[in-house]
Amino acid sequence: MRLTCPICGDRDRREFYYQGAASILNRPDPDAGIDTWDDYLHNRDNPAGLTQDLWYHEAGCSSWIVVTRNTVTHEVIKTALAQTVKGQNT
Amino acid sequence: MRVAGSGQIDRTKKVTFSFDGQDVHGFAGDTIASALLANDIRLMGRSFKYHRPRGVLTAGSEEPNAIMTIGTGATMDPNVRATVQEIFQGLTVQSQNRWPSLNFDLLSVNDYLAPFLSAGFYYKTFMWPKAFWEKLYEPVIRRAAGLGALSMQANPDKYDRAFAHCDLLVIGAGPAGIMAAWTAAQAGLDVIIADEDFRMGGRLNSETETISGAPGADWAAEMVARLSEMDNVRLMPRTTVIGAYDQGTYGAVERLSHHIPRDDAKRPLECFWRIASKRTILAAGALERTIAFANNDRPGIMTASAVRSYLNRYGVVGGNRVAIFGNNDDAFRTARDLAQAGVHISAYIDSRPDAQIAGDFPIYRGGEVYDTAGRTGLTTVRVRHDGGTLNVAADILGVSGGWNPTVHLTCHMNGRPIWDETLASFVPNPDAIPGLTVAGAASGQMSTQSCLMSGIAAANTVLQQLDKKPAAVDVPAAEDLPYRITPLWAVPRKGRAWLDYQNDVTVKDIKQAAVENFRSVEHMKRYTTQGMATDQGKNSNVAALAILADVTGRGIPETGTTTFRPPYAPVAIAAMGQTAQDQGFAPHRYTTSHQASVEKGAPFVEAGLWHRPSYFPISGETNWRQSCDREVTMVRNAVGVCDVSTLGKIDIQGRDAEKLLDFVYTNTFSTLKVGRVRYGLMLREDGHVMDDGTTARLGDTHFVMTTTTAAAGQVMRHLEFVTQCLHPEWDVAFSSVTEQWAQFAIAGPKARDLLAQFVDQDITADNWPFMACGYVTLGAVKGRLFRISFSGEMGFELAVPARYGDSLFRQLCATAADMGGGPYGMEALNVLRIEKGFITHSEIHGRVTAYDIGMQGMISAKKDCVGKTMAARPGLLDPARERLVGLKPVGAVKTLSAGGRLFTQGDDAVRVNDQGYITSVGYSPTLGHFVGLAFLRNGPERYGEVIHMVDHLRGIEAMCEVIPPIAFDPEGGRMRA
Amino acid sequence: MRFSALEILKQGLTGNKGWTPHWRDPAPKSDYDVIIIGGGGHGLSTAYYLAKNHGITNVAVLEKGYIGSGNVGRNTTIVRANYGLPGNSEFYSHSLKLWEGLEPDLNYNVMHSQRGIINLFHSDGQRDAFVRRGNAMRNQGDDAELLSRDDLRKMVPYLNFDNARFPVRGGLMQRRGGTARHDAVVWGYARGADQRGVDIIQNCEVTGIDIENGVVKGVQTTRGAIRAKKVGIVVAGRSSQVAAMAGMRLPIESHILQAFVTEGIKPAIDHVISFGMGHFYISQSDKGGLVFGGDLDFYASYAQRGNLPMAEHVMEAGMALMPAIGKAKVLRSWGGIMDMTPDGSPIIDKTHIDGLFLDAGWCYGGFKAVPGSGYSFAHLMATGNHHEPAARFRLDRFKTGVGLMDEEGTGSQHNLH
Repeated sequence: MRLTCPICGDRDRREFYYQGAASILNRPDPDAGIDTWDDYLHNRDNPAGLTQDLWYHEAGCSSWIVVTRNTVTHEVIKTALAQTVKGQNT
Repeated sequence: MRVAGSGQIDRTKKVTFSFDGQDVHGFAGDTIASALLANDIRLMGRSFKYHRPRGVLTAGSEEPNAIMTIGTGATMDPNVRATVQEIFQGLTVQSQNRWPSLNFDLLSVNDYLAPFLSAGFYYKTFMWPKAFWEKLYEPVIRRAAGLGALSMQANPDKYDRAFAHCDLLVIGAGPAGIMAAWTAAQAGLDVIIADEDFRMGGRLNSETETISGAPGADWAAEMVARLSEMDNVRLMPRTTVIGAYDQGTYGAVERLSHHIPRDDAKRPLECFWRIASKRTILAAGALERTIAFANNDRPGIMTASAVRSYLNRYGVVGGNRVAIFGNNDDAFRTARDLAQAGVHISAYIDSRPDAQIAGDFPIYRGGEVYDTAGRTGLTTVRVRHDGGTLNVAADILGVSGGWNPTVHLTCHMNGRPIWDETLASFVPNPDAIPGLTVAGAASGQMSTQSCLMSGIAAANTVLQQLDKKPAAVDVPAAEDLPYRITPLWAVPRKGRAWLDYQNDVTVKDIKQAAVENFRSVEHMKRYTTQGMATDQGKNSNVAALAILADVTGRGIPETGTTTFRPPYAPVAIAAMGQTAQDQGFAPHRYTTSHQASVEKGAPFVEAGLWHRPSYFPISGETNWRQSCDREVTMVRNAVGVCDVSTLGKIDIQGRDAEKLLDFVYTNTFSTLKVGRVRYGLMLREDGHVMDDGTTARLGDTHFVMTTTTAAAGQVMRHLEFVTQCLHPEWDVAFSSVTEQWAQFAIAGPKARDLLAQFVDQDITADNWPFMACGYVTLGAVKGRLFRISFSGEMGFELAVPARYGDSLFRQLCATAADMGGGPYGMEALNVLRIEKGFITHSEIHGRVTAYDIGMQGMISAKKDCVGKTMAARPGLLDPARERLVGLKPVGAVKTLSAGGRLFTQGDDAVRVNDQGYITSVGYSPTLGHFVGLAFLRNGPERYGEVIHMVDHLRGIEAMCEVIPPIAFDPEGGRMRA
Repeated sequence: MRFSALEILKQGLTGNKGWTPHWRDPAPKSDYDVIIIGGGGHGLSTAYYLAKNHGITNVAVLEKGYIGSGNVGRNTTIVRANYGLPGNSEFYSHSLKLWEGLEPDLNYNVMHSQRGIINLFHSDGQRDAFVRRGNAMRNQGDDAELLSRDDLRKMVPYLNFDNARFPVRGGLMQRRGGTARHDAVVWGYARGADQRGVDIIQNCEVTGIDIENGVVKGVQTTRGAIRAKKVGIVVAGRSSQVAAMAGMRLPIESHILQAFVTEGIKPAIDHVISFGMGHFYISQSDKGGLVFGGDLDFYASYAQRGNLPMAEHVMEAGMALMPAIGKAKVLRSWGGIMDMTPDGSPIIDKTHIDGLFLDAGWCYGGFKAVPGSGYSFAHLMATGNHHEPAARFRLDRFKTGVGLMDEEGTGSQHNLH
């Protein structure tokens, strides 16, 4: 498995740490209530198909990366720096 | 016997090896199987279940029968395919799964018991009496099962691993693969061409057909020679591509030294390659299948193409009289080549009444082989023809049930092959693997000409995909004969007809499985073990599922296939893992004081990847406790030096550094003054403690964070997460400086006196009070000094650039010695911190909250921080949680036991009464008794209670008093001195 | 038909012509008391215990493929009860006791082999954590013992004792731990349930869950609508998708876990051995293959296949721990879809829909739980009350923080297990 780091280019999966669903970029306000927080921290769409998840180029440039990929085929469609994605969302 | 003239063996180079203790002679270029056949040895193995005598079935890596053990002692290598292993002078080969000998195997009695050993019989018996399973039935079954044996000595061989990158990976160097590689290489692509055989050329090495007028094998050799001269081509013979993985990654095993005497221990036996390719062409050819008929497993019965391989490539025929049985045109080539070589053909049996064949030997069109005879070697073939039967004398029977394209790699990503009625075979799904194109026989091209052309076409497809110009290459001329087949899976008759040879699965077993409702192809496989042998069904799966389809009244496509999974051919565990053997599994991390500590005789403990000294024994000390007690006392009374460089150190700078710290720590750091240090607690977002440590403020926008040794990487990742994923707007940068700084704790009443001899600055209490920090100089060396304590004594941590660590440690120890002090190790460090109730990851083991360790108050109410919201969940604030306390023994038993469980006095030591557990214990020479840290239900509310500690495993029970975690100097006056 | 040595003899003498289906293939009826979605180990055992313990036999097990096609057919077959935390401890203890009586109960040889499981430790800290766990096992009434390095040298002399990166210092052993033949567990439960009247319906995919006013009414399937009073979701690897049919969003992420088997070799490894420093565990099947596995591949996946980095890491761990297995050749690798929960422990609970129940989130430990899970889930579905040994497997524990079971201590949020 290989991923394209937006900074370093095409790299082997060994260089990356996997975090999980990219939804954790959207941390609720501290007073958003337990339901919102429970949903944020625990509940997942967990799609069988297209997903966006977070990877960390730990053995590379230390970038956190949002990867758009397919959980059934392992096809990687797109990668982007998390801070860029975050910037677009906020 | 050898046939004069033919073959690619070197008849000038005789090679002698031993087989079951007997010397056998062959030639360079022989495999074990070809050399044995040349010596008229047909019996090569025993089957798995019935211990039936078996000979070689194939001439390739798919061989199910001729599986042997090579080598002796620790280098012993079981389950080696005799069809692949090249012989060399001195090679020792042993047959397997037989006792006492291959010719006379006692367990062949199983063959007579076969009626009682039908599919799945073991699921229906061996249940009574219960205890007999482990004691009797299972040991007997285990001993009877298995093929070869491991020596169970440590592997003595080297294996290597490597990465390769290319534009195009070509798998298989037959006519299609060679033309694909040639075409792509002409156009300038970086090409790797891998083939599992030691001689590239594929079937061309086994056939007499010509290409461009030259024998196919010669043409292949010429093309390989031309490819080998190109800088952009890497030829990888003896290399099996074993798996297709994501994004164009392929695993491959290159056999480097199996074919030569093992005289250089440093030379790797194999290399495991991870090949990242932009495009791949699978040109792995096709495998011939047999036909099921009664007793179709006798030594001497093999695939028709194997007969041809042995004849044309090795100049060998396994006997004097050969019969052929087929259902397709290809089988005829075997008869033709044998006749050409002057071998006697007893019969040619073609199941097709209209078969278009001719030759100077008996031909039985529309005939069938329905049985055979010959206990340890074929003697007779029984033929049904024209309404009658006849017996044909034969030593060898070549069988062809048709060809199966080698679709396996295309199934590795869950792609399903497609049934092709014309070929009566599965062909690959063309879209099964992204970036992979199939060419040649693997894609169902059955003539040499079509294979050559398909190789060129596949390469041009790749070139187009990579935006390169197609290459114009000459198309060599070769045979282009049609391949006609009429499916024949099994010849009906009483008697056992084998499908999976090695696992002894017969047509009857498949039928019985269907009767018992194992009708799904996966159920049939798992119930009968069909396809689960070392060939993974390469020889038998298609026929087995055709029979299943027939008995269940479904078509073959509807019945479907089982899934081929990696590896394509078995891979030694060592090939993928040997580099981790012994010390190679993980790196070692050493502190700068390591060598000095070694010289002082310290034993070491592992702390993650780090090695840290346990204690520093001095003369007269005979066990660790003596050293530990002394070191603890030394620190309490004088001064001790301890290397704490393993703690994670993160340099944090920027305008928003304090925002980051306020957010990742529960407590506030923005209020920390320059020149001061503060203890901080870090939570995970789930509200549990992640790590703790101190952070020093060296400047307005400059902090140095320390983490525990264990969590250094995790904290670094966490900081990156927070600053990139949650707050990219913050202006802050940080870097791990763990390895840049050597840091030593200097602790004890004389710590300041010791330190004063090293640093140039005034470090008196007024100028450098508790929790102060700053820059110091040690002559020309610039360092940092933190007044912090993990021992409860007056403590400093002195950091210097790592290159000065060794000399500083040595000098600190030497100077300390003059003051009654010296180095202390992890054991003493542990006792000191337990006495003081300081926690480590023994306590913050992942499940504890700030509340559990009495630090709820450190979660600042004035700001948000990671984990704050979830830490407020009711379950995390329940007073009945197991919470941190101290313990001391108060009964007759004076020891405590880490891992011991706690019970209210009088309660039975059972789960429902469990009150908690001990995490850390140590003997306190200061207090004169053991002290422990524990988590106890309602802990802090139970100080003074005497509770019962039970360690079932170590057989220790003790009464202990619940005390506050801080057992020594609770006011902390010594630290602040 | 009752299976026995005598029956084998009888059938053998008459040409093995009298064997009968182990379970029927009935057409789905229009109405059942209970529908179990998922014909894996847990689903089939649930159906079996509904019939056996509660007399509820008007039950259908709906399986989209063939029974046992999920994780119960793709695991490393380890059976143990060596958990340390309340909740897990009593549950797995109960499950192990069921295993110990399973063969006579089912009249099916599932080859449950109590050969002993050994968890190795390499440092004082690991030792103490194992002692804590072992003491919890003993408190629960299960067996656990501490092995010294010398004990291990005698029992498993082929470990790397003399030149290991992480030297073996001892182990925690549960002698009652071991392995079982995974497929046989599926077939045995299927046959047992079928004999008691349960309809096992293969090739029947559930495409919707019918809910009216907060009450479950049945399911839509590829073979038509089927009504039911109660529906249980037991679909490891597809839990999120099926639960979504009832509007639920689960605390589950699906991950890949690979496992490996070598060619058959003569008896070499007599126990189940677990090497924590390398996330590696191994045993030898009765057929002779070394069966072993490691950690998750660590990325969300439904592909049922993994990649090389973890495969290589597993082989590395094997060579680090036991360099004697180097010449054993890996024959096959496979992957299962793991329902990973935040705390690494499972869910057996009611849902917000009346009559709809959930059994999910078994992470990579579901095989040994097959009997216990079915037993407890059947109890919950039949009685409406949580079965005591599984009473802590609540869905709301993440929200309340009550009774989190983070056995590994790595956290109760995703991707830490």
